[in-house]
Amino acid sequence: MIKAVMMMNTQGKPRLAKFYDYMPVEKQQELIRGVFSVLCSRPENVSNFLEIDSLFGPDSRLVYKHYATLYFVLVFDGSENELAMLDLIQVLVETLDKCFSNVCELDIVFNYSKMHAVLDEIVFGGQVLETSSAEVMKAVKEISKLEAASNSISLVPKSVSGWRGR
Amino acid sequence: MSSSSTSIMDNLFQRSLEDLIKGFRLQLLGESNFISRALEEIRREIKVTDLSTKSTALHKLSYLAALHGVDMSWAAFHAVEVVSSPRFQHKRIGYEAITQSFHEQTSVLLLITNQVRKDLNSANEYEVSLALECLSRIGTHDLARDLTPEVFTLLGSSKAFVKKKAIGVVLRVFEKYPDAVKVCFKRLVENLESSDPQILSAVVGVFCELATRDPGSCLPLAPELYKVLVDSRNNWVLIKVLKIFAKLASVEPRLGKKVAEPICEHMRRTVAKSLVFECVRTVVSSLSDHEAAVKLAVAKIREFLVEDDPNLKYLGLNALSIVAPKHLWAVLENKEAVVKALSDEDPNVKLEALHLLMSMVNEDNVSEISRILMNYALKSDPFFCNEIIFSVLSACSRNAYEIIVDFDWYVSLLGEMARIPHCQRGEEIEHQLIDIGMRVRDARPQLVRVSWALLIDPALLGNLFLHPILSAAAWISGEYVEFCKNPYETVEVLLQPRTGLLPPSIRAVYIHSAFKVLIFCLRSYFSAEESTLSFSAQEFSSASSSMNAFTYESILNLVNVIELGLVPLSGTHDVEVQERTKNVLGFIGMIKQDLAEKLNLQDSETEVFRVTAFMEDVFSEELGPVSATAQDKVCVPGGLELKENLGDLEEICGEFLKPVDSVSYTDKISFSVSKLRIRDQQEASSSSSPPHEASSLLAEHRKRHGMYYLPSQKDDPDSNGTPNDYPLANELANEISPDPFNPKKKPNQSKQRPVVVKLEEGDESRNPPQAKSNIETVNDDESLSRAIQSALLVKNKGKEKDKSETNPNSGQQEKEESSRIEDHQNSEKKKKKKKKKNGERSSKHKSRGRNEVASASEQVIIPDYLL
Repeated sequence: MIKAVMMMNTQGKPRLAKFYDYMPVEKQQELIRGVFSVLCSRPENVSNFLEIDSLFGPDSRLVYKHYATLYFVLVFDGSENELAMLDLIQVLVETLDKCFSNVCELDIVFNYSKMHAVLDEIVFGGQVLETSSAEVMKAVKEISKLEAASNSISLVPKSVSGWRGR
Repeated sequence: MSSSSTSIMDNLFQRSLEDLIKGFRLQLLGESNFISRALEEIRREIKVTDLSTKSTALHKLSYLAALHGVDMSWAAFHAVEVVSSPRFQHKRIGYEAITQSFHEQTSVLLLITNQVRKDLNSANEYEVSLALECLSRIGTHDLARDLTPEVFTLLGSSKAFVKKKAIGVVLRVFEKYPDAVKVCFKRLVENLESSDPQILSAVVGVFCELATRDPGSCLPLAPELYKVLVDSRNNWVLIKVLKIFAKLASVEPRLGKKVAEPICEHMRRTVAKSLVFECVRTVVSSLSDHEAAVKLAVAKIREFLVEDDPNLKYLGLNALSIVAPKHLWAVLENKEAVVKALSDEDPNVKLEALHLLMSMVNEDNVSEISRILMNYALKSDPFFCNEIIFSVLSACSRNAYEIIVDFDWYVSLLGEMARIPHCQRGEEIEHQLIDIGMRVRDARPQLVRVSWALLIDPALLGNLFLHPILSAAAWISGEYVEFCKNPYETVEVLLQPRTGLLPPSIRAVYIHSAFKVLIFCLRSYFSAEESTLSFSAQEFSSASSSMNAFTYESILNLVNVIELGLVPLSGTHDVEVQERTKNVLGFIGMIKQDLAEKLNLQDSETEVFRVTAFMEDVFSEELGPVSATAQDKVCVPGGLELKENLGDLEEICGEFLKPVDSVSYTDKISFSVSKLRIRDQQEASSSSSPPHEASSLLAEHRKRHGMYYLPSQKDDPDSNGTPNDYPLANELANEISPDPFNPKKKPNQSKQRPVVVKLEEGDESRNPPQAKSNIETVNDDESLSRAIQSALLVKNKGKEKDKSETNPNSGQQEKEESSRIEDHQNSEKKKKKKKKKNGERSSKHKSRGRNEVASASEQVIIPDYLL
């Protein structure tokens, strides 16, 4: 099971955080800070694993990847494979790249909702359900379409039309 | 302005999430100010009846909660409102807020059941997906129970997009509501034969989780899983199947034989490192008895170790440390790579290599490995340096210094550790120095030498972390002063002015040790006098006495040095230091006059002779290690009332002891009283009573209460008149605790291992008992696993009918068939066992009654399997 997905920039600002077990917000913030404080002390070109039993309890593992100004972090337990999780980060980043064509930190900052749509297609309730970015893209496009459709109706709310008609 | 027009204004001028994020980046107010203003806005907007406004406000709140730690539990009801909106966008925002902030105790959780059901039945697959996601995250017992029919329907959905998520949600539903297993299990298992990789991946993932919780319950599915293992070429699926088999093999060893070959096949075939690593891990953790597989796995590990990729190197080391306990040769083969990894730039790799090195330590290579490690410790950063020191310390002290043969070497090593610049493990080193002193008689001379070297090193006094070590060194040079080459210098070192840098508690140890040295010197001076005067032929046997030929002048000098060093301390503010100082000065006061007059020192009637003899008796009682459980072994004497209510005490000291809470009042007092009593006893036996009496009392006590306190050896048990009727410590230890970990000790070592006093228990009291927690977890999952088992029985029964219709004739199938029989028989046994266990309780539950019926019919079916 995946326990948490985080993205943060190299200054430690969280850009996305999802915990698959319920946790009070204070605890979430504490964990994000804890993870960042370990991440930022690590040199480049070392392994992508962290021992984080002290933060997430026994039998928890963490993999991360550093792209440009962002850290992508996955926390999971013993029923996932470490290298497969690294691949999963790759899948996530590839998908985002397709989504935003050359993804950068700002895309992630301003597309909070879409980020979640992408992530929810890949990880479902802590389980990895989709690893093909094409499939994810298909679903995300559908969701955007649906949202846009429901939005276009709401562009002219009933009450507003009356107000305009005056 | 009417309320509707307010809502219009709000809607028109409401800031969207994007506006909020932009504002956040441009704000000059400071983050917390900005957030509190945004929150104010949200609180206002979220109350509006218009769902668009409400949902936007909720969306902003979710954002702030996820990334800025803002509490959003107060908006739980608004989330329920938003989720009921017919518009997809609102629904999505609502569900997201719910999954993010709801938990078991959220009161409005009850209100969403119908909405979730409605969405699960929706024609729009994306709405269904939202509801499923929500259920998989926050599903409670009630939700799972009420929505099981919907989940069952969705498991049969024709859309893969919905079906895979329905499979995923099953895990949460089973966990919260085990009875759902009866409904959904068959449909779930059918998917193991699905040709769609997405579906297969999802279902294998679910079984992986179920197997983690209770491997036994998934055992009957082994044939289906085996098929997946052989046929699938999807790495994600294979990794999960391997994980399942690793769990299953732990409860059913015979399964290992079956899966070893296909796993090796994958290892040889695949280029995906993740799959190779998973195969390796499965082999080394669960199939470690299959030699060929282990050999192949170790070969793969070696490939990992020589890779440049630090991830592979780390995982390779990781796998090696799993394999180490059973196949040490695998580690030894890769020793070079492991040692090389110690200087890797990656801290993970270094740590893993260190753990591995420590796992291969034994009595033959301990000095070599320690030497390598000490060299690395000198070069490393402070954190890793201390990890090294700690590893060496704990490996060497394991099981009462089991792997140490040459204690002189080990004691010197401890001394070296103290000199490593980053060393912060002072307390552990202190403990071991003293512990070795008490346990290993033969190591004492070297201990005293090492302590001396530590005490004279001026650099150590300034290092806060090393103070405990100095304390131990001071104690050793006082306690074992008979091995000291130059007591005069020892005293000088113990009382040097720079000891002012030490904390008072350690300074007190220094002073007390100086006192012990003084007594020793006086005593050996007198006995030398005695022997020369009486012209007795008896040589003073102590080896040190010839070295320490004290003259009258040297003794006088010594007393003067001590007095000079201590007088300034008699006015310190620390009571401990002051008391010790006063003790020594008082003693010196008693003897000084006699010494100065140089009169009849050899005469046993003089004050100085008597006092010295007395003090020497006090210090001569040898200290031994005490078992952590020693107190429990002392049975309470007949007349002692431990649980008596000490009401009288209240009258006497009521005004001092103001109880904090009345409940624990008596407990506290009786505890402190018993502590006092123990101290009294200790003092009685060690100081105030004459020593001969004390030791005979001790012998008496031992006769009555057995061995609870073991000195290493009595100095000479016959001379003091006590019957030597208790076994020597070491014999006793050997009798009581024959070392189970090391049955074949080498009979003739080049250097005889000195006697190490070992207590039968209490030495290794650090391992917490784990059995209990295991039992608890089993209990947690019991209902789920029972449900799965009964579902499996029903399924197998169903299959039976299919089997009789179809004709299994391919070779592949035959093979599976045989494995099925094997597995089946095992599971049968298991079930019977389980059944027996549950038998007494079965009347409570209807479902369990069914279980019994099922297994009864199962027994009849057995012969049919042997088609």
